[in-house]
Amino acid sequence: MSVYINKDTKVLVQGITGSTALFHTKQMLEYGTKIVAGVTPGKGGTEVEGVPVFNTVEQAVAATGANVSVIYVPAPFAADAILEAVDADLDMAICITEHIPVLDMVKVKRYMEGKKTRLVGPNCPGVITPDECKIGIMPGYIHKKGHVGVVSRSGTLTYEAVHQLSEEGIGQSTAVGIGGDPVNGTNFIDVLMAFNEDPDTYAVVMIGEIGGTAEEEAAEWIKANMTKPVVGFIGGQTAPEGKRMGHAGAIISGGKGTAADKIKAMNAAGMEVAATPSVIGETLIKVIKEKGLYDACKTH
Amino acid sequence: MNIHEYQGKQLLRQYGVSVSTGTVAFSPEEAVKAAKELGTEIVVVKAQIHAGGRGKAGGVKIAKNLEEVRAYSKELLGKVLVTHQTGPEGKEIKRLLIEEGCDIKKEYYLGLVLDSSTSRVTLMGSEEGGVDIEEVAESTPEKIFKELIDPVVGLTGFQARRMAFNMNIPAKLVNKAAKFMLGLYQVFIEKDAAIVEINPLVVTGGGEVMALDAKFNFDANALYRHKDILELRDYDEEDAKEIEASKYDLSYISLEGNIGCMVNGAGLAMATMDTISYYGGSPANFLDVGGGATAEKVTEAFKIILSDKNVKGIFVNIFGGIMKCDVIAEGVITAAKEVGLQVPLVVRLEGTNVELGKKLLNESGLNIIAAGSMADGAQQIVELVG
Repeated sequence: MSVYINKDTKVLVQGITGSTALFHTKQMLEYGTKIVAGVTPGKGGTEVEGVPVFNTVEQAVAATGANVSVIYVPAPFAADAILEAVDADLDMAICITEHIPVLDMVKVKRYMEGKKTRLVGPNCPGVITPDECKIGIMPGYIHKKGHVGVVSRSGTLTYEAVHQLSEEGIGQSTAVGIGGDPVNGTNFIDVLMAFNEDPDTYAVVMIGEIGGTAEEEAAEWIKANMTKPVVGFIGGQTAPEGKRMGHAGAIISGGKGTAADKIKAMNAAGMEVAATPSVIGETLIKVIKEKGLYDACKTH
Repeated sequence: MNIHEYQGKQLLRQYGVSVSTGTVAFSPEEAVKAAKELGTEIVVVKAQIHAGGRGKAGGVKIAKNLEEVRAYSKELLGKVLVTHQTGPEGKEIKRLLIEEGCDIKKEYYLGLVLDSSTSRVTLMGSEEGGVDIEEVAESTPEKIFKELIDPVVGLTGFQARRMAFNMNIPAKLVNKAAKFMLGLYQVFIEKDAAIVEINPLVVTGGGEVMALDAKFNFDANALYRHKDILELRDYDEEDAKEIEASKYDLSYISLEGNIGCMVNGAGLAMATMDTISYYGGSPANFLDVGGGATAEKVTEAFKIILSDKNVKGIFVNIFGGIMKCDVIAEGVITAAKEVGLQVPLVVRLEGTNVELGKKLLNESGLNIIAAGSMADGAQQIVELVG
């Protein structure tokens, strides 16, 4: 078991003919992801890496039964691409694209109300269920199949955490990058809820960063609902106030959204928080040992 | 991207939003000419810098005649103003706003900002204007009112009126205040603003509702569709290295330390800074080379890091996903050869095309110290810098 995606997921790639999309389509195919279709308006009828290309998402879904889309469309057109995926009633749309204007995303979120599709991202690395399905841009080889769920606002920090876990023989059920933008689809709580219900996930790593209040809200939820241990990390502990650290959401303004606040909220929810990014794996291992879950999590 | 108060007011005027009358001046002569044209008894001379807290820091002067306008303009132009938002180094005043004096009855606060927990643009208002709104939020949060705005219908008339009544704007001026708010929202949406703050919004003795100050910040990701806003960018207000970085779509922030950092991904870049600090070092910058960087961009990034005279060592920390390790390696090698590397360089590579990247670095003949992990790399560079 896993959350969101598995070996049966049929993936369609929006913007498949762009250079980044091409490179990662190849990587996903090599990993074993079932990519059934691509969409690029005007390129319908052609083929890319043996994958048929369609003009619209609707056509691609009708012809192939794709149920999850991954979006590599450039920022000015990405919001529209998400809307198209939602309109086609896909189960999930994973948007990799960074730099989407935030007011475009405000409209997208409003449009998605009451609709079936779950959005992950934008500005995220994607979702991976090791050995089954990799959707996005993460390097596949660092992952290992197992029982720890990973959820993160940062792409490369997710890789860092996953790498540490795999090196220690601790595999992952699913790793979800929710993205660093202030307005995104799936949030921490959505993913935590899914991990909580997934019988194959025994523990969770949650990686946040400065700015906003998503980590504090997630900590509240964990305190009230989570039955599995969650280990945390917050990036940006030494970031100065008022400077936006790359991600549009990563800024401390008016004293709000500091790492200290977030760590406090996480500790109050009974979570262990790693002091540095290098000990995320170590911290998780310490906690699962305490809870008697280490042997179950360790890959033999 | 920020703009000056006078530019913000021009923008508001275009949308029929009421603002105090004034003109920008770059010299005392221009200031006096502007004051003459205003023809009012009282003239306000306001320093134009991209930072709040100007009044408290002495950047706003009330002149009672043209001689005073000249004297204050001379005093302010070229002066370095230090406010609670500029940092200790302050900002040099290069522009002034010469404005009519205004008969203020009462000051209010009005702002539009994105609320990320609801994904809605939010109108905020308070009758506690002219002061630091963060303090109001802290001490008397019940005095701040909010209206969440549905992007489909936009700010509605009843919401604007409700806000005006909540702010205790005199009943006969509520419609004027509501019109002001609707115009403000229109500017915000049409120009892709990230923050607009009117502090203070004032009610005058003559029964006007107008903006006495205007602070705008725009969504950098949307500037491609607003050429008019891009033209308002004042390079004097920005860090030279940050400007250079933005030309290459690099996300760079100058910091105080001496260890230059080049990382891919904002989260990892922040975590790298944290790790360097944890081992007792001090980062000279935040630098996210992003996902789509080419070898050329990486070269430029490297040059920008080296242009900082405080840099005594460099730590490159890459976990390739969308970014390929060989591209980073190529860029680092080119830059190091072009500029001549005088400081220690520690490189940690992992992820997409890592073997290719490592091979390129090994064969480059450069004196590069390889690190096995982020912690290892951070420790090594901290030791080398001393």
